[in-house]
Amino acid sequence: MTETSRPGAATADHGHVEVDSVVLSAELVEGGSVASHDVAEYALWLGDDALVIAQQLGWWISRAPELEEDVALGNIGLDLLGHARSLLHYAGAESGRSEDDLAYWRDEPQFRSAHLFEQPNGDFAHTIARQFIAAHYLFELYTRLQASGDATLAAIAAKSVKEVDYHRDHAVQWILRLALGTDESRRRMVTGLSDLWPYVDELFVDEPLIDRLEGVAVRPSSLRQAFDEAIVPVLAEAELDVPRGFISSGGGRGGRHSENLGFILAEMQVLARAHPGASW
Amino acid sequence: MQSVARPRPVDEASRRAWDIAAQVVDPEIPVLTIEDLGVLRSVAVGEDGAVTVSLTPTYSGCPALEAMRDDVTSALHAAGYRSVAVELVLAPAWTTDWMSEDGKAKLREYGIAAPTGHSTVRPAGAVRLQLAVKCPRCSSLNTRELARFGSTSCKALYECRDCLEPFDYFKVL
Repeated sequence: MTETSRPGAATADHGHVEVDSVVLSAELVEGGSVASHDVAEYALWLGDDALVIAQQLGWWISRAPELEEDVALGNIGLDLLGHARSLLHYAGAESGRSEDDLAYWRDEPQFRSAHLFEQPNGDFAHTIARQFIAAHYLFELYTRLQASGDATLAAIAAKSVKEVDYHRDHAVQWILRLALGTDESRRRMVTGLSDLWPYVDELFVDEPLIDRLEGVAVRPSSLRQAFDEAIVPVLAEAELDVPRGFISSGGGRGGRHSENLGFILAEMQVLARAHPGASW
Repeated sequence: MQSVARPRPVDEASRRAWDIAAQVVDPEIPVLTIEDLGVLRSVAVGEDGAVTVSLTPTYSGCPALEAMRDDVTSALHAAGYRSVAVELVLAPAWTTDWMSEDGKAKLREYGIAAPTGHSTVRPAGAVRLQLAVKCPRCSSLNTRELARFGSTSCKALYECRDCLEPFDYFKVL
């Protein structure tokens, strides 16, 4: 994310090049506008979800069960990072902050991501369970957000939904393969799913902000039925039960996080904080 | 959709700047220009001679976009345009449908299978249907997907069951 905030970028290949505008124009959409405070807050929610999970997926590069998975999880993380950049860029414009300011210079209480996204990578099955839930949620969300009255959010959603569709497919393939594979892979898939399931409900809670953004935001509770209808047949095919048990109290949208987020942010932010303003 | 793929400007000054910007190539797939890809969206030269270029990303996180932006800027500077602004535009969202036929032919020649079929988002629960992908080396349709995510965001990794070579496939988006 460092590249975007440097004005007048010059690279060795191109000699001294005056770049007359910053990379991302303030308006991502022709005729777009700066977000109001509430819209900026909503963009922050969605941007933080994408940023936190993108950062976590990057860890898998060189550590996945096979080379193709290093590449797959890396690419999925890159897509999500792209979504986060667009959303945070939009969220920050209202208060004059760049996407880098938002990513690197906020602490846990200022992050608005839901708890699902900060759950540890765990073993591969845990990461797949998290992806499975996240990709289905994001697919339903972005599908509807394309009709948002806010042109920028609609544009970001239209771009993102096609990519998230691939992520959904990737997770489904692995759920089936692990659940119907060996006894060990099945045991791990069952454990991964039941460890991640408590964080599902928070995704579908309607916070007061949503009431103020009628026609702009997607009402989270309205996604639940479609989410269940997509998830349940996959679990049935994988011969898995929908997990039951405790439900996390959530709180991510209000800045209340588990200890996991601090570790994620520490790693993500350490370089930017040690060398403020550094660029490649 | 195809009609908006390569909106070459009508006014003389902007068209001249477009033709310069249009020669910039994708750093990862150097046989394709940004015009072939459909990434170059608009070029406008103002009365004061300032150029405004709009690019759209292929995939949201594609790092090649930043190289393209720098290359467009330096190509226009080299051609004598002093003031160049490059904007990123997300809407309408890029699709492989915008890739030119010429571009698809160049891709195949380069050893990358071109996108097969048109971009659609499946309704929830629908099965992803993939048309047979033709091996760019021996033209066999007897190929299989090894990994849906390949060497860059836009590609999947395939294998030809006849000539046994692995190859990249530019997947439909």
